[in-house]
Amino acid sequence: MTVASEEKAVLEFKGRMLMMTVLHLKDLDPNTLHREVGRRLDEAAQWLRDAPVVIDLADPENSSQIELLAAVDTLRGLGVNLVALARNAHLDADTAAMLGLGSISLAGGRDVPRPEPAPASQTPAADTLVVEQPVRSGQQIYSHGDLIVLAPVSTGAELLAEGHIHVYNTLRGRALAGVRGNTAARIFCQDLDAELVSIAGHYRVAEDLPDNQRRKAVQITLDGDAMRFVELSGK
Amino acid sequence: MTKIVVVTSGKGGVGKTTTSAALATGLAQRGHKTTVIDFDVGLRNLDLIMGCERRVVYDLVNVINGDANLKQGLIKDKRVEDLYILPASQTRDKDALTLEGVEKVLDGLKEMGMEYIICDSPAGIEKGALTAAYFADEAVVVTNPEVSSVRDSDRILGILSSKTRKAEQGEGDIPARLLLTRYSPERVESGQMLSVEDVKEILAIDLLGVIPESQAVLNASNSGSPVILDRDSDAGQAYEDAVARFLGETREHRFLTSTKKSLFGRLFGG
Repeated sequence: MTVASEEKAVLEFKGRMLMMTVLHLKDLDPNTLHREVGRRLDEAAQWLRDAPVVIDLADPENSSQIELLAAVDTLRGLGVNLVALARNAHLDADTAAMLGLGSISLAGGRDVPRPEPAPASQTPAADTLVVEQPVRSGQQIYSHGDLIVLAPVSTGAELLAEGHIHVYNTLRGRALAGVRGNTAARIFCQDLDAELVSIAGHYRVAEDLPDNQRRKAVQITLDGDAMRFVELSGK
Repeated sequence: MTKIVVVTSGKGGVGKTTTSAALATGLAQRGHKTTVIDFDVGLRNLDLIMGCERRVVYDLVNVINGDANLKQGLIKDKRVEDLYILPASQTRDKDALTLEGVEKVLDGLKEMGMEYIICDSPAGIEKGALTAAYFADEAVVVTNPEVSSVRDSDRILGILSSKTRKAEQGEGDIPARLLLTRYSPERVESGQMLSVEDVKEILAIDLLGVIPESQAVLNASNSGSPVILDRDSDAGQAYEDAVARFLGETREHRFLTSTKKSLFGRLFGG
């Protein structure tokens, strides 16, 4: 058992989708805001009045922080449940923090610079693991690169590779290629009789394997969300 | 040079003890000084199969704990020269087995000039089975021709390749051979049982022998006489062949086809 399960769980991270209301502000004048927002809230259902609200400024470049502060005060005074400020080039997390708000990107993360994908390894052969002994039930083999097995893989055995998996024998166990998310990873096997095959998290269990490919030499690839099974010609 | 052989299977009830008794008896009959040890502490059976249950004074745990010396613990077989039995304790559990203690017992047997030490493993993959296998030089994996037994044997083969002393010392896998027991050619032909070829293909190890399903095995257990001593029985002859192969002889596998069919064949001139 893992250490984590032995300790008492104090907290848990969970990803959840939440409904939030985005308030587009085109005018920051407190009097206008007070009138318009108050009217809308009177019309709105209770759930909308309690809904968490994210402020999105229509014209952030021409809005001063003083104006923004006044607008936030007015909205709070009306009982609007403000939680965050939409982030953009002119409104960063510091501005939001100053207003006592969180900073949220409404662009689905597109405006956040993404880490560059790691360059493909120049020496894949060094990461390749070659197994010549049968992989028995209960055994698990992990390769940081490709995994090549020359012996049978039994039911109850598990092959995991960040790259491709090749089985030059009967595959009766599980084969999971591209376990770190490499959708270009493939599984090749000489005799497909697997319990489960998976590429980058997409999987098929034995029951769902195409019958006409069973006990055949097969290559398995991922095409979008679909797993493709292609018989190897053997020529 | 002493050879330590573990008879193992993972699954229970497949014929480990019957095989241990037959193998040890067969080796001793051929003049090799042999001891068979029952590692199934808490579920002692080997003494019954060997027919020495009324002569048990001390057991493996007594010898490990130093309550008795090895000579006191060993029971000499009355039928076959050069055959000794070290029974399991019925009152203790498998925690009483320590690797140091077992090693001491095995070293003592080596000093007595044993050529073969047969370790009859308990079922499962827990401490008892691991202890029985730890010092082995070679393994005989007993399997029935059905899927759950084959899968458990596969699991045991994986454990043997990593959990023996030789594996831990980097000497690699110990040689393991398959003994297929309770084989019924009729049921294979009717598709109710896996065939020898199926099992060999899945386990990918050498075949030591195929023992047919036989009333003789039950009779032998009930009478406390290893089935290999019943030379007229099919199972006895099959074990005899297996022992010969174990010692390096080449023998054709027998009892692989249904006798019923050959009788029909004869009747209809086939």
